[in-house]
Amino acid sequence: MLGGFSLHYRIEPLGDSAVIVEFGTEIDESIYRHVQQLIQLFEETKPKWLIEYVPAYTTVTVFYDPLSIRTEFPYAYVRQEIDALLSTKKIAQKIRAKTVDIPVCYGGEFGPDLAYVAKYNGLTEEEVVDIHSSGDYLVYMLGFAPGFPYIGGMSPKIATPRRKTPRLKIPARSVGIAGHQTGIYPIETPGGWQLIGKTPLPLFNVNENRPTLLQPGDRIRFIPISAEQFREMEERLHAYDR
Amino acid sequence: MLTIVKPGLLTTIQDLGRYGWQKYGIVVSGAMDPIAHRLANILVMNDENCPTLEMTLVGATLRFEENTVIALTGADMSPRLNGRRIPIGTAIAVEKGDVLEFGIAEDGCRTYLAVHGGFDVPRVFKSSSTYLRAGFGGFKGRTLEKGDRIKWKKTDSTFFQKVKNMRRRWAISRYFYPPRSRTVRVMKGRQFQLFTKESQQAFFREPFTVTSDSDRMGYRLTGPTLSLTKKFEMISEGVAFGSIQVPASGDPIVLLADRQTVGGYPKIAQIATVDFSTIAQKKPGDEITFSEITVEEAQMLIRRLETEMRLIKASVRLQFR
Repeated sequence: MLGGFSLHYRIEPLGDSAVIVEFGTEIDESIYRHVQQLIQLFEETKPKWLIEYVPAYTTVTVFYDPLSIRTEFPYAYVRQEIDALLSTKKIAQKIRAKTVDIPVCYGGEFGPDLAYVAKYNGLTEEEVVDIHSSGDYLVYMLGFAPGFPYIGGMSPKIATPRRKTPRLKIPARSVGIAGHQTGIYPIETPGGWQLIGKTPLPLFNVNENRPTLLQPGDRIRFIPISAEQFREMEERLHAYDR
Repeated sequence: MLTIVKPGLLTTIQDLGRYGWQKYGIVVSGAMDPIAHRLANILVMNDENCPTLEMTLVGATLRFEENTVIALTGADMSPRLNGRRIPIGTAIAVEKGDVLEFGIAEDGCRTYLAVHGGFDVPRVFKSSSTYLRAGFGGFKGRTLEKGDRIKWKKTDSTFFQKVKNMRRRWAISRYFYPPRSRTVRVMKGRQFQLFTKESQQAFFREPFTVTSDSDRMGYRLTGPTLSLTKKFEMISEGVAFGSIQVPASGDPIVLLADRQTVGGYPKIAQIATVDFSTIAQKKPGDEITFSEITVEEAQMLIRRLETEMRLIKASVRLQFR
């Protein structure tokens, strides 16, 4: 479907109470800008029929209440509403981008797989840390667990496959690498990621005002810290740990 | 207040779910069978979103520490109050010291117990639903255990007396509820066309069985193996209650109340809202078949169902006039 200027998107039903708006088929920041734009339009206009939206890499899933729409075909109505929203504004206006600094203590007990990642890529541990902490990262979405960020932008130089045998317990706030992705575990879970460090910052809190440290669309910088700094910060933060 | 004497297999507190937080990766949760949950509340004159007890396959044993009015809906777990069989689908006055005992679900999988006034548990992210994996919501973020004491907001004693003195026996129609249908109505999923012709046909023609690898997060089904025409690298996207995903194994997974917020497997179909109860009341070993409807039909069915719910609500109110 063609809507507005040169913005290409498709709207498809996800059953009788949701639609998926798709802006492209590749993980790419220029496509993600449209995702951000649509969610910003929802925040500004707060349509009555909207229950909630879920941004992802290339899509926004829009949950609506068909009973709140009095026309005969609520689905057609929602499509029209989204078409209208997307044609009102010029594409890719300024999107609020917040940069979040995430202190990470790399290696040692916090990053037991740092040596493996270095060896796998023919680098020294210091080089892995340098590369990981100098990247320009974008949070595309949260999912998998509360506050778990799907992050894009890691250098392929430190890409490392998952562990052959997953760990039964990955401590909360561990920073890891799986293939071309990097991520941070908000809560303790099993998992196969290569762990390279840990942050003292809690990623998720049972707090309605600010449940997650990161939000879709945030930029991230990883800042290397020492084990001593880590402990000081952790103590100060009373980090939420499970 | 009531005390849990025996917790049953999986007993949690749920309401209609935690909406508005999925963008943070916080799952919706809520009653697996939202219609049964709403009916239980309607029967005790509660708001439909009030927290209820959801019991699974094997029910609990409870002792009431004060007089109140309760209602049971959903699966029939042969409830006995002080040893005497009591009906489901109606309001029942219970007294201090009464013991309510449930057996095994004979018809369906989940039973809901509502108490007049609603269970008094803290709301987390604006919902009382228990989210077991992250350990928050409901009663201390976990399943109920022996010795737990759950309070409710104060009972209205006039209502208790009224129900206690009711002469006429009545219950909501068993024809309407619980759903016994084997057929689950679905709309085609976004990736339906990526499946082979044989898989597309088999999906609608052949039965699937609910496996024991099924929980509040989702049901794994077995049946004809579903395959894609070619390998497809799916980019994760939003999913909903009733989304049917097909991982590489070819056995479909129906996503349910505790589903994750995004999924990375192709979706072959999406269950219609009016059939959420039908799927949620299936237990391991049950067979289902899928039949296709359009989005427009599904939305008309939602309207029809809501009209029926309003009628039930009105006739329940008449009983208490």
